[in-house]
Amino acid sequence: MDNLILDKVCKRFDGFEALKDVSFTVGAGQKIALLGHNGAGKTTLMKAILGLQPHDSGRIKVMGAAPGSRAARMQVAYLPENVAFHSALTGREQIRLYLRLRRQPVKLADELLDRVGLAHAAGRRIGTYSKGMRQKVGLAQALIGRPKLMILDEPTSGLDPVSRREFYAILDELAAQGTAILLSSHALTEVEARTDRIVILSRGRVVADDTLAGLREQAGLPTHIQIAARPGAADEVAQALRGGRSNGVIVDLTCSPEDKLARLREITALRAKVRDLDVVPPSLDDIYDHFSRRAGK
Amino acid sequence: MSGIIGFADAEFRIALRNRWIIILTVTMALFSLVLTLAGSGPTGTLGADQLSVTVASLTGLAVYLVPLMALLVSFDAAAGEVERGTLGLTLAYPVSRPAVLLGKIVAHVGILALALLVGYGVAAITAFWLDEDAAQGLAALVRLYWSSVLLGAGFVGLGYLASALSRRPATAAGLVIGLWLVAIVLYDLGLLAAIVADDGGAFTETVFPWLLIGNPADAFRLFNLAASEATAAASGVSGAAQSIAPMRALASVAVWPLIAFGLAAWRFRRIVP
Repeated sequence: MDNLILDKVCKRFDGFEALKDVSFTVGAGQKIALLGHNGAGKTTLMKAILGLQPHDSGRIKVMGAAPGSRAARMQVAYLPENVAFHSALTGREQIRLYLRLRRQPVKLADELLDRVGLAHAAGRRIGTYSKGMRQKVGLAQALIGRPKLMILDEPTSGLDPVSRREFYAILDELAAQGTAILLSSHALTEVEARTDRIVILSRGRVVADDTLAGLREQAGLPTHIQIAARPGAADEVAQALRGGRSNGVIVDLTCSPEDKLARLREITALRAKVRDLDVVPPSLDDIYDHFSRRAGK
Repeated sequence: MSGIIGFADAEFRIALRNRWIIILTVTMALFSLVLTLAGSGPTGTLGADQLSVTVASLTGLAVYLVPLMALLVSFDAAAGEVERGTLGLTLAYPVSRPAVLLGKIVAHVGILALALLVGYGVAAITAFWLDEDAAQGLAALVRLYWSSVLLGAGFVGLGYLASALSRRPATAAGLVIGLWLVAIVLYDLGLLAAIVADDGGAFTETVFPWLLIGNPADAFRLFNLAASEATAAASGVSGAAQSIAPMRALASVAVWPLIAFGLAAWRFRRIVP
């Protein structure tokens, strides 16, 4: 059974379709990235899953229960976008409140704060925290009680690269224990290596739902090969490979994924004139651009 | 239950750290002290003990101050959580909306009860120190205390309602100040103007008493001044106060918190975070 099932979910806000036939599932232990422009419907979808804002039609099942039902809320953790906790409370007091709401012993607060790297600031008022630290408080509360499904709305905004890596390490641990994770992000290159599947929303519709490799294949975007020629050999190399010269020594080639090996063979044949080469596959930004652009047409 | 305790605990700490508790307590204590000392002169001539005189003055003070304090501690309750984005998070937890509100009620009414206890306590101590007959007024002071807490609870509920009607705390703050002006200041002026215009007609006879006890602040004043002869004598309104049964006034003071919390809970339920 999938931890989260979405089946033809629709939501309208006076005359504007926020969600249209959104269907996908998140299984136990899966990490799914939800990508989309601002206003694509990511937050609306998350609120529907949490039962905070009812959807109009379609079916949502959270651990087999209706969204917003007590059974569902017992097993779901949520981290809202740009959450700002009360500045007068300390990190420890804030986490103690959320522990109480989940009927967990309050003494776990320090352990949770330690897990997200906030042990040193547990007794300080949240008003004195940096944005990244506040985001970590948000993450700490989402870890309470080993949730079966985590809904994280732009969880890494405001985190520095080190904290970001630690954050994903925690998610990996949870996923390994069977937690299903749905997270939205704008940092496309960052989710690349971190998620099992990528769902792209555009104007309330799912325009892509696949692994990164699958998306790459579907998009069929060309791979770039940059060849650094030996001094004076750039023109010769460019001619031999029918590529463009981007400056005195660099030759640019583009090729389809299937032609890649053939092209590399051609290049290695020119070994004497080539100093180095880089193969640049289409980045997630390129792929994302491809899908959201296609949907716009 | 665990959620109610959680919110009560958090709100109490917030009020403590924001200095609300200390500000309200000191304010009440200072006013009570000043009123008791200022009223210590003319007691002999009125035939009332010191504490009864003090209760009469405190009643007049409480009518203004208690609703104001109640509205100030409560206006942020819903709008603040909406603005910070924590309401959506809270409601994703397995906790009911009434439990959230109930936890806040416990903390906010508790804070008021504490400030009033200290304030009225200071008044009682001072009165006993000035007059050994002050024990006669003790019952009136106790009555003033619990009816003040009820009055405060009613306005805490109205503060929640204002907060649940606004999406932003600034709007809620404006709304409660307006509410205070209307309910406490303008309402009485309006009734006075109507009585003068009516000049002893049907309005004064039939509608006016209901309008008077319909407002919890007026009902509170009526109840406290009419319930004890000594306070009535000290306040000089014995005749006016006796025209309405104290029990009716008390019913109004007691029912208002239920109405206000009911309305607030109803509106709170409809907020989409």
